[in-house]
This record gives sequence, C-alpha cells and structure tokens, in this order.
Amino acid sequence: MEEVKEVSHMPRIGEPAPAFEAVTTHGVLKLGDFKGSWLILFSHPADFTPVCTTEFMAFAEIFPELQKRGVELLGLSVDSVSSHIAWVRNVEEKTKVKIPFPIIADLNKEVSLAYGMIHPGQSKTETVRCVFIIDANQIIRTILYYPLSTGRNMDEILRIVDALQTTDKNAVATPANWRPGDMVVVPPPKTQEEAEERVKQGYECVDWYLCKKKL
Amino acid sequence: MACISADGKPTESGTKMLRALKSGSRSAEEIAKNAGLPLFRVRSGLREMVQAGLAIEKGEKYELSSKGAELLGTVST
Repeated sequence: MEEVKEVSHMPRIGEPAPAFEAVTTHGVLKLGDFKGSWLILFSHPADFTPVCTTEFMAFAEIFPELQKRGVELLGLSVDSVSSHIAWVRNVEEKTKVKIPFPIIADLNKEVSLAYGMIHPGQSKTETVRCVFIIDANQIIRTILYYPLSTGRNMDEILRIVDALQTTDKNAVATPANWRPGDMVVVPPPKTQEEAEERVKQGYECVDWYLCKKKL
Repeated sequence: MACISADGKPTESGTKMLRALKSGSRSAEEIAKNAGLPLFRVRSGLREMVQAGLAIEKGEKYELSSKGAELLGTVST
C-alpha cells in the first residue's frame, strides 16, 4: 500500500487556498480559473459508494442556490476521471439527478495532500469528507471535516455561505444558529468610549459587548 | 481536451467559445457571457485553445486564429 506523505502545513482559515492544476470531469482546471467566484471545494472518499452518492445528489440539489450566491462547486476524490464519468452517468441513469459541477480525479493525491484531505486514522487511501469554502479572492473562509461514515449537511453549507457573504457585505458577525433575516451581531467596541456610546445607539443589547441589529 | 474532442472536432462548449470569438476580440468574461458558459470553463477552454493554436491571447483579450476560424468552418450551424 502506498504510504501517505506527511503534510507539513495544513490549510488554515484566512490563508490563500493552495494553488492546483488538476484533471477534472470538465477538463484541466486551475484554482485560478475560479477567481472572482466563490468556490466550494469538497472531497468524498470514493465513487460508487452509498453515502457519497447521497451527498452528490444533495450537492446537485443545492447547486442552483449556490449559483444564485455566486458560488461554484468542485468535487474531488482519488478515483480516475473515467470512474467519475461512469459514476455521474450512473447516478443520472438511476436517479435522474444530473451532476452539474466538475470533479477532480486526484489519482496522484497532489490536491488531497495540499488540502490535508487524507486522514490516515480514517483511511490511508481515501479522502475524508472535507469542505473548503473559498472566497472570490481565493482565501479560505471555512473548513469542515466530516468522517467517512457521516454525510454532510447541505443546509449548513448554504447557511455558512450566507453568513460569510452577509459578514462581508455589512461588516457584522452572525450569532449561533443564525439564518438570513435574523438579527446580526454588531462588532464589539474596542475602547471604553465606544462601549459607553454603544449602549445608546439603539441596538438590541444584552450588554455593551453583545448588541444585535436588523439589517 | 474539454474543448476539442479526440477526433479534432470542437465539443459543444468549444463550438460556443469559437463562435463567441468569431465576431472579434473578447475577454474571458465576455466570452462566458456570450456563450452562456461558466467563467472557469471558459478560462480553462481558452488555455487549451491557445495551446492548440485555435485562439490568440492578446493581453486580457482573445482572438480567433486562422486555424480556429478554419475549424469553426467545419462545424455545421
């Protein structure tokens, strides 16, 4: 069995996404090809497996919602491009769900290793279920890791995209379980003077450090 | 190649891109809009077309080469 190389540096939130050039089901793509759009790069353990099939159908289902938000999708596993093509055709034939996004065939594990997608404690040969949400400037904004046995929650992925884009647009934060339309958190004051002014500004405040407002 | 098939004919997306270039110099963004293709597909496709000599890169814009025009001529409308 091929030994999994050590990754000296795992990608982190706030850092540029590692560049790549990869063979995909839509031709050879570079990370830079997505510049200007948000990108969700996600890995799955293997083609023709049950949980991954449900996930791909679910990603296809939220694809139109992601497109409305200017987000592209890009899948990845260490299978070949022929395997990917056969699988997406099989999914369409059996379920009538068309997979509209490209999938990286990462046979040499270049992208998987650069993004820390192989967790040998789970599998030495397959990628775990990773989600990298990358913004239009190609900065990593969110990283999610799920184990092999647990399918991802698409609702949460959409919610994170909405939260990040709301934060960028309005310079606010979003509280626990936030949904679009809910009140947002006003950034906490940085000085005593700002703290004293904050409580007079008409926000809904628990105290000076936790104030919310409607957008 | 995603834009040119193994038999040397342009694929459906390749044909759309070649047609978008037919009317003159275009940026990747303009081609994407004109061809109704995702921008990442157009950027990747243009890279292939330039390598294959079907398009010419001039700064931020792309033009159809004579080889590209010849290939487009073989595609039925």
